[in-house]
Amino acid sequence: MKWHRLKAIAVKEVLQIWRDPRSLMIALLLPFTQMFLLGYGVNLDLKHLPVCTFDREGSQLSQALFKHFQASQYFTIARNVTSYAELTAAIDDATCGFAIVVPPDFSERLNDTGSALVQAILDASDDNTANLALGYATAVVTGYSANVQLHWLDRQGRPLQQIEPMVVQSRVWFNEDLESRNFIIPGLVAVIMALVGAQLTSLTIAREWERGTMELLVSTPVKPVELMFGKLAPYLVLGWLDAAFCLAIAALWFAVPFRGTLFTLFFTTTLFLMVVLSIGYLLSVLIRSQVGASQVALVVTMLPTVLLSGYVFPIDQMPTVVQDITYLLYSRYYVTILKAVFLKGSGIPELMTPILFLVVYAAAVMVLAARSFRKRLD
Amino acid sequence: MFERIIAIIIKEFIELKRDKSARFRLIVPTVLQMLLFGYAATYEVYHVSTAILDLDHTQESRELLSHFTASNRFDVIEMAHSQGDIAAAIDDSDAVVALVIHAGFAELLRKGQSAPLQVIVDGTNSNTALIALGYINTIAADFAKGYATDLAQRISGAAGARRVQVVVEQRPWFNPDLNGRWFFVPGLIGTLTLVIVVNLTAFAIVREREVGTLEQIMVSPIRPVEFILGKTVPYFVIGLFQVALIVAVGTLWFQVPFAGNPLMLVLGSVLFLFSTLALGLLISTLCSTQQQAFSLNFFILNPFFILSGFSFPISSMPQVLQWLTYVNPLRYYLVVIRGTFLKGVGLSVLWPELAAMAVIAAILLATSVLRFRKSLE
Repeated sequence: MKWHRLKAIAVKEVLQIWRDPRSLMIALLLPFTQMFLLGYGVNLDLKHLPVCTFDREGSQLSQALFKHFQASQYFTIARNVTSYAELTAAIDDATCGFAIVVPPDFSERLNDTGSALVQAILDASDDNTANLALGYATAVVTGYSANVQLHWLDRQGRPLQQIEPMVVQSRVWFNEDLESRNFIIPGLVAVIMALVGAQLTSLTIAREWERGTMELLVSTPVKPVELMFGKLAPYLVLGWLDAAFCLAIAALWFAVPFRGTLFTLFFTTTLFLMVVLSIGYLLSVLIRSQVGASQVALVVTMLPTVLLSGYVFPIDQMPTVVQDITYLLYSRYYVTILKAVFLKGSGIPELMTPILFLVVYAAAVMVLAARSFRKRLD
Repeated sequence: MFERIIAIIIKEFIELKRDKSARFRLIVPTVLQMLLFGYAATYEVYHVSTAILDLDHTQESRELLSHFTASNRFDVIEMAHSQGDIAAAIDDSDAVVALVIHAGFAELLRKGQSAPLQVIVDGTNSNTALIALGYINTIAADFAKGYATDLAQRISGAAGARRVQVVVEQRPWFNPDLNGRWFFVPGLIGTLTLVIVVNLTAFAIVREREVGTLEQIMVSPIRPVEFILGKTVPYFVIGLFQVALIVAVGTLWFQVPFAGNPLMLVLGSVLFLFSTLALGLLISTLCSTQQQAFSLNFFILNPFFILSGFSFPISSMPQVLQWLTYVNPLRYYLVVIRGTFLKGVGLSVLWPELAAMAVIAAILLATSVLRFRKSLE
């Protein structure tokens, strides 16, 4: 491997990038705008779910229950309906995701037996939202229940003492306010970087073939390894810039708590970029036509990165076979690393496993890419 | 006009036929992805790894913990001996939840006082943490209720302190078991179709431009509208085939119930295909090299995906972003597809979504014809 040949390739590549300002703008501007825009979109927290109320009793007690729902930040009463047909229509066309029905004998049963039912009808087609809504609704009704109990004790002239046989005292670590944004945004950085990286390099060899400049390259004394590193180096600089943009937006604009060190972040990001860039390079070596390269790159990166990396869907909830497959996915390691560095403040010793996987991955892909590139024209 | 459109269509099909690997690329990855992602995409919470620290060692504490071990929501992976073990288990991500019962738990319970169950949750994934906390509360409430009735029976007479209680009776419609797969498999149909179709068509014109065959087409008597329409039809046929393939895997393999009218699904899919085809063609007319088309479609797909309601509820987004989702055809298709699969609703409910997709398709197609005409000059 000779430095001057590597440098010559790198300079050629820089010139090529520089002379295609449109592609350069896309490479620099799009990650930035995406991060900025999509950071607002990735949110699983339930707030102000539109609720339908169906009061079949119309008493003071039932109205008080609705006031409890209205006061909760998780629900907004969107409509008061007067029949089941109207309720069904509201849920069907999704104006309400949730309906509370108070039965006609609500107060009567509460006074006579001390126990009454309210019906919660949920649009469970989105099971996660339904599940969260049910949890919050139960909490609202429990609060209301306690209130009614206190009133009842008061009227009976008993001591106002609420005895629960057992209480759950919960403490949440690392993401204390349970804000979904705090764990999804570091993952989003990983996803955007995986997409940028793959598209940066995956066309570089294929382009030489299609433009016919490959003949020129083959006639020069450049070696496959020199060609690879020379082509990757300029893109690594671009990758650093993109990553710096995205990480800065995550920590400064979206205020995701950053508890780790910048060095850990730099080290792991560089490692990840090497993997992503060399994968793009390998693809472009293996597949000569650009359309083929792009379709494979898309299949390999886009959806798997989004769905299998653990950035939204937790890996430990997948079937074992699918979990095993996720080990093949390089973005999985970077998602793990970024979440841990941001929220837990983990350093390199704690992250040894994913880092080792990334190192092995980068080495394997580079060896493969350098070997599969043949200086032949057939 | 028609014979010219048909000529273009035939030319496209011949090109496709000669591309041997294309047939493989169109079928195998689609089926594989659908199978893989169908299993992966879920927010359901089962088998949460749990560490337990029981400092009370009484019948009551053991009974409470047995409620957790019996549930398939929690997997006990560690019986800790000290608070330090618990902290380490959570720190190293060995456990997501830790349950701590302090000494004196049973004594408080027997005295009829409030006994605490301490819970530590790794909140890194806030959604999992929230749902797990919900299950913990349910299990704890069950235990507490059982214990209170027990106690009241043993100390008869103490029943004078009647408990007033309002109970929520849940009725989850459309998906009674809150099965995550029922929600995500129909969603995947839309998402996969978008990715595949846009990726196919984004190169349709720019390839001709780069290879140089576009000049030949320019000198032929074909008009821009005819050219765009002729390009659309073959990809529409392929897209329709892809949708059928994905729907078949979703319903047959994942057993997602289909409550609605199949015609409604076909109508929605046709309109969605038109709008995604038009999007791909527009990308193709906007770009001068395949590299540009490639990066552009990569970067367009990610926002379409996030701002569609596929995995992040639109109602939780800021208002401005919610407005932005109105230009996204996937947003409408997801409503149609989930509506027909799970809710079984028809035209009377879904017509706004269908109309929106038709408008988007018309605008995008018109824009690409205009752009194409301009780029000829």
